[in-house]
Amino acid sequence: MKKGILINIAKALLLARWRQTLVAAIGVTFSITMFITLLGFMNGLNDLLDGLILNRTPHIKLFNDIKPNANQPIKNAAAYKGKHHFIQSIKSDANKQAIYNSQAIMNSLQKDPRVVGFTQKLTAQVFFINGTTDITGVLNGMNAPEEIKLFHFNDYVVAGNALDLEKESNTIILGKGLAEKLLVNIGDIIQLSTAKGDRFQLKVVGYFQSGLRDLDNVQSYASIHTVQKIMNKPNSFITEIDVKLKDINLSIPTGKEYAQLYQTDAEDIQTANAQFETGSAVRSIISYAVGITLLVVAGFGIYNILNMMIFEKMDSIAILKATGFSGKDVKNIFMYIALSIGFFGGLAGLLFGFILSSIIDQIPFVTAALPTVKTYPINYSIIFYVIGISFSLITTYFAGWFPARKASKIDPVVIIRGK
Amino acid sequence: MKQKILEARNITKYFEDPIKVQVLNEVNFSINKGDFVSLTGKSGCGKSTLLYVLSTMDTDYEGSLLIDQVEMPKNDEGYLAQVRNEKIGFVFQFHYLLNEFNVINNVMLPGLKQNKYSKEAVEHRAYEKLKILGIEHLALKKANQLSGGEKQRVAIARALINDPHIIMGDEPTGNLDKKNSDLVFDIFKQLAHEYNQTLLIVTHDPSFADRTDRIIKMEDGRIIS
Repeated sequence: MKKGILINIAKALLLARWRQTLVAAIGVTFSITMFITLLGFMNGLNDLLDGLILNRTPHIKLFNDIKPNANQPIKNAAAYKGKHHFIQSIKSDANKQAIYNSQAIMNSLQKDPRVVGFTQKLTAQVFFINGTTDITGVLNGMNAPEEIKLFHFNDYVVAGNALDLEKESNTIILGKGLAEKLLVNIGDIIQLSTAKGDRFQLKVVGYFQSGLRDLDNVQSYASIHTVQKIMNKPNSFITEIDVKLKDINLSIPTGKEYAQLYQTDAEDIQTANAQFETGSAVRSIISYAVGITLLVVAGFGIYNILNMMIFEKMDSIAILKATGFSGKDVKNIFMYIALSIGFFGGLAGLLFGFILSSIIDQIPFVTAALPTVKTYPINYSIIFYVIGISFSLITTYFAGWFPARKASKIDPVVIIRGK
Repeated sequence: MKQKILEARNITKYFEDPIKVQVLNEVNFSINKGDFVSLTGKSGCGKSTLLYVLSTMDTDYEGSLLIDQVEMPKNDEGYLAQVRNEKIGFVFQFHYLLNEFNVINNVMLPGLKQNKYSKEAVEHRAYEKLKILGIEHLALKKANQLSGGEKQRVAIARALINDPHIIMGDEPTGNLDKKNSDLVFDIFKQLAHEYNQTLLIVTHDPSFADRTDRIIKMEDGRIIS
């Protein structure tokens, strides 16, 4: 009840100067609108750019790097212990690319609770035969359904269907750039030869466009069996296991653990793509900085209007104090005024921010590099809205605090005697 | 012996700015319940200053002030506000009504602040006070739609809402014409005699002071009679 009367007085004062109040509230609304839109748009772009690489990159990649044997015979010669060794007689061995005991590794991954899923892969260097010239390319063997599920492969298939790779043997999906060079359409047969000189004929079932031109010019995809056949390798031969984790932030320790456990090399996404994280973080910081700057400006507006209101309503404040309202009550009245401007202005800001975001979301944004994107990307995360309303309340609280304190210190005797 | 409502003991006050001047010098007096007292004196004799000390709004004084036989602390702002709310009613030269509220809400304001009765009860009491003053028909008008005399009567109703021990007035008729002055005086007199209300009115109008029950005269910060 006591609170009720303070709120009633605050309301009456607000409505008495409704124009100024409106201007102050519009200031808050505008800054929150821009804050929401900016963050939504920036994060939409972040997600898009991250997705371009991060979505398609495994959290942990298990593979065997081509490298010389670390345990060279000369190391065992006691006479040269501690010396620099120039002679390294055991060369790198390409056969070691295969992951040993891959079936056991996959069984163990399947039981690991941290893992969402994994796919096996193998990669072969091939030449696409195009009349008299050979075009170098990379043929990836993959498990299409798993790849679609875990790494959104379908998003990048611009023509045809990736699942056809599993339905039909001897089929291939070409990178868009590669397909253009080879002058082939879907349904055409292409010829390729392996590094060892074996020739194969494969049917094109689709095009693939990643948005990274260098990739699209060399990459192509086929089923694992097809690639094993081309490489003349047994069914168990795979060169890579791509793991997707539930929590991307665990990729570094988990990667180290797997490297030790499975005796392979392990590359984690955070180490491989650190620059993307940095870019996203910087963009977020910029949008927060701009949003907060706008709010601070709006805060000064509220500060001014409250100061003016206190100056105009000196008499009312004096009589309130004379009839028994304490300084704290007067302060609360002005805090209610400030916070209601912040709350309603902020709420309207959230609404307008959402509307503006939705409008931006409708603006066409077509680029060859990003086949899946048709309009500007927007992130509608609820977090931005929560932060937006909290910021508006915090800013108006501080903007109101100083004028309210001033009002609470008004000496009624000075005002009443001054008349 | 009658109950003492207000007692001043050795109240001394200085104005520090721009130079130290003594405005109140060892003021001693008391007011009993039901007294209709006027405080008069020439301009600058310290009568208004004394009133604001007695009202608890000005705490920068030496000596002690007892309201309802309780000594007032000088630095407990919240407690003094409560005392003003419950025990003192004010009528100033200027009405100080809140223009944003209508008459009844203006009158109810101190009552709602006191939070002793429900809102309905406070409203009922406010109507009763307006009826005593003969202005219940103005209850729903905005404060700025009233005439000067009506405004002052609303201010008196507001002073009465919490049944205060004492009503203090600072030149309550100073802004009013003869007719309205008489009206306000009659109201004060009626309150004092019919409702046994204690009143302390600062005035420099001799015709007003002469008609009260007791006159306290001040000169140069002292009470002379």
